[in-house]
Amino acid sequence: MVAANEKEISAEAGVKKSRVKTGENGWEAFSSTMEVFVQQLINGVTLGAVYGLIAIGYTMVFGIIGMVNFAHGDVFMISAFVALIVFMAVTAFLGMGAGVIFLALMLALLISMVVTALYSWTIERVAYRKLRGSFRLAPLISAIGMSILLMNFVQVSQGARNKPIPPIMRDTIHLFERNGFQVAISYKQVMIIVVTALLLGIFWYVVQKTPLGRAQRACEQDAKMAALLGINVDRTIAVTFIMGAALAAVAGTMFLTYYGVVHFSDGFVPGVKAFTAAVLGGIGSLPGAVLGGLLIGLIETFWSAYFSIDYKDVAAFSILAIVLIFMPQGLLGKPEVEKV
Amino acid sequence: MSEMRATPVVNWTAIFKDALIAALIAVGLFALLIGLKTDQTLNNQMVLVPRPGLFGTIVALVFFGRLFLGYLNAVRSSEVKKKKPSSALMIKVEKYGLPVLIGFLVVYPLVVLGTVGPQGALKWIDNFGVQILIYIMLGWGLNIVVGLAGLLDLGYVAFYAVGAYSYALFATSEPIKEFMAQLIGEGFWQAWAFWICLPVAGILAAFWGVLLGFPVLRLRGDYLAIVTLAFGEIIRLVLINWVEFSNGYAGISSIPRPSFFGVPFNATENGFAAKFGIEFSPIHRTIFLFYVILALALLTAAVSMRLRRLPVGRAWEALREDEIACRSLGINTVNTKLTAFAIGAMFGGFAGAFFAARQGFISPESFVFLESAQILAIVVLGGMGSLVGVVIASVLLVGGVEILRELDFLKMYFGDNFDPAQYRMLIFGICMVLMMLWKPRGLISTREPSVFLKEKKAVSSDLVKEGHG
Repeated sequence: MVAANEKEISAEAGVKKSRVKTGENGWEAFSSTMEVFVQQLINGVTLGAVYGLIAIGYTMVFGIIGMVNFAHGDVFMISAFVALIVFMAVTAFLGMGAGVIFLALMLALLISMVVTALYSWTIERVAYRKLRGSFRLAPLISAIGMSILLMNFVQVSQGARNKPIPPIMRDTIHLFERNGFQVAISYKQVMIIVVTALLLGIFWYVVQKTPLGRAQRACEQDAKMAALLGINVDRTIAVTFIMGAALAAVAGTMFLTYYGVVHFSDGFVPGVKAFTAAVLGGIGSLPGAVLGGLLIGLIETFWSAYFSIDYKDVAAFSILAIVLIFMPQGLLGKPEVEKV
Repeated sequence: MSEMRATPVVNWTAIFKDALIAALIAVGLFALLIGLKTDQTLNNQMVLVPRPGLFGTIVALVFFGRLFLGYLNAVRSSEVKKKKPSSALMIKVEKYGLPVLIGFLVVYPLVVLGTVGPQGALKWIDNFGVQILIYIMLGWGLNIVVGLAGLLDLGYVAFYAVGAYSYALFATSEPIKEFMAQLIGEGFWQAWAFWICLPVAGILAAFWGVLLGFPVLRLRGDYLAIVTLAFGEIIRLVLINWVEFSNGYAGISSIPRPSFFGVPFNATENGFAAKFGIEFSPIHRTIFLFYVILALALLTAAVSMRLRRLPVGRAWEALREDEIACRSLGINTVNTKLTAFAIGAMFGGFAGAFFAARQGFISPESFVFLESAQILAIVVLGGMGSLVGVVIASVLLVGGVEILRELDFLKMYFGDNFDPAQYRMLIFGICMVLMMLWKPRGLISTREPSVFLKEKKAVSSDLVKEGHG
């Protein structure tokens, strides 16, 4: 499960950790922790944007059909692979010029969104639709099977090794510098934050203002009543899966450009973390998913920077357990009433 | 009525169109992920290798597969449908299967030894016998939690790990060894460690089951599943990172192997072979291990069969069917769930201790989430709550994987790089999804009530959703 990119992340954070330890006395220490704090804040928000995008897929599906789409993390991984292949294909034909890289990234993003949406649609159609209304654990078990299937499909078809892309967009913007510690934001991070904000805006508009979004919200509240009022529930659910997957594809492309490497097992841990984010924000709530994603991203980066990089996944899993046990309705969710 | 049967109406255009759409979707899905392969050249350059042949074959397979399915559906839907209440054969299998199976398993190693001799028998007894029996035992243990009590546990492997690590740590611990040497005699701990640690491992696992179960058991089904998954991962990550305790990734090696109740399996004078006056052979230990795991598995089966008839077992089954009804009838749901969790965990711990003793080496890599999913798949495929179903599923899944390793002749058709074993998890995943679609209740899905007053009154509960029987 532990891919080499995790090692890379830990190496990255390890540098920061040693930087934390440089100034350890008095005012200097405080002001230097201040810079570290700002830097970690930037890193955390970037990571949180990725988790938030994946979390929306979990929260929407849970809201509308009440199932944990366990395969969503692997759909995210597939999107990263599709983006990788498109990026490599474009750069193989057109070289590695600056304009080409931009074009390749955009194409990778778009094609990845389309193909991933197709995957998610197919999964819903094949593995979940028939099980709606079956006994309650059947869809979850089917989703676990789907997750194993997707992971191993990619392993068999693309190989078990880490897949790197050539380093791109390595430049950073120096925000300010104090006591020898530079606070910088890389173009990648800017791109991730901007694209995420933009897509969340579009997504928000679709859900709140269009007939499609209205149908989705209606199905979420009461699928049977929505069907009686002439809404095609099956299609609405399919669209929900498609939208969730398209956002996961954005996250996957960002993940690939940020870490520069992808592995077939990379869907599992980010998937669980994004699910944690969805639960933390209140499952079923869209702003909750984004908020939860940001919180999980920040908690993870700060935990890695200040406490222990080795136990960062333990921290994420513990938050999941604690939230589910003590606060199952999450931060922005509605308390659930158990019905007979 | 036979004259009434019309010739099947097959609407070929519709079927053809449907298959064409399926093929188009397959093109969209596989064009990039199968059509192009990312590869690394010798100087670590990433290149794309096109694979049009494989891609074309798979799309064609999807097209013709869909065509065939469409034809089959058209033929079947024009026939008169007869709804079978529940497979009589499967109920018979459930009823008479177990004694036959036990008889077969008891003589299995001797038969194998007789037919292929000690050299060939090692593979058959170890890879097929012991390996499958470990999974049968784990399946039966998890069956108490998932099948009887209806609690979906995705972190069962955590208890397997607790059992394995408690045996490994106790058995290799120098202080305990010295203490025992002073107390009883030199070599005592080496010889008896397994038999003393086995119950300890089970108790510790049950303790962890209660500890982890207590806070989470009031959660609803899928939340419970995710939290157990989180706990399973936490335990594994702690085992990886807490190097002073568990030696991290490197794992624990040279764990003492089990003895024949104090008599070690070696070629010395005090060894098993010398004591019983037979020629030394490593197969003795394997056969002994086979019988140990068989006994442990049968213990699990016996306990779960007996427990089903006790009030607590009936409460489990009632809880699985309708939790709210149980609560209104005054069943203490937390205690009931907790006993299921603890007993299931205990058997997981036994199996873990046995696993550590059999391998002689353990590391956190053996306790990943996929292992939990595999055990769950066995329980689900077999039919939740069915003992024989678990056996059938283990033989099919675990034995099937072992057979995949043997299929070397396939290399003749697919080239030398073809390794059938790498498809095992893929097949696992497909099986899990197909099983849910085809028979969500598993191969043997009776769910007959274990106890009833005078006669069975209600319709068989596998025909209805839970809570409506």
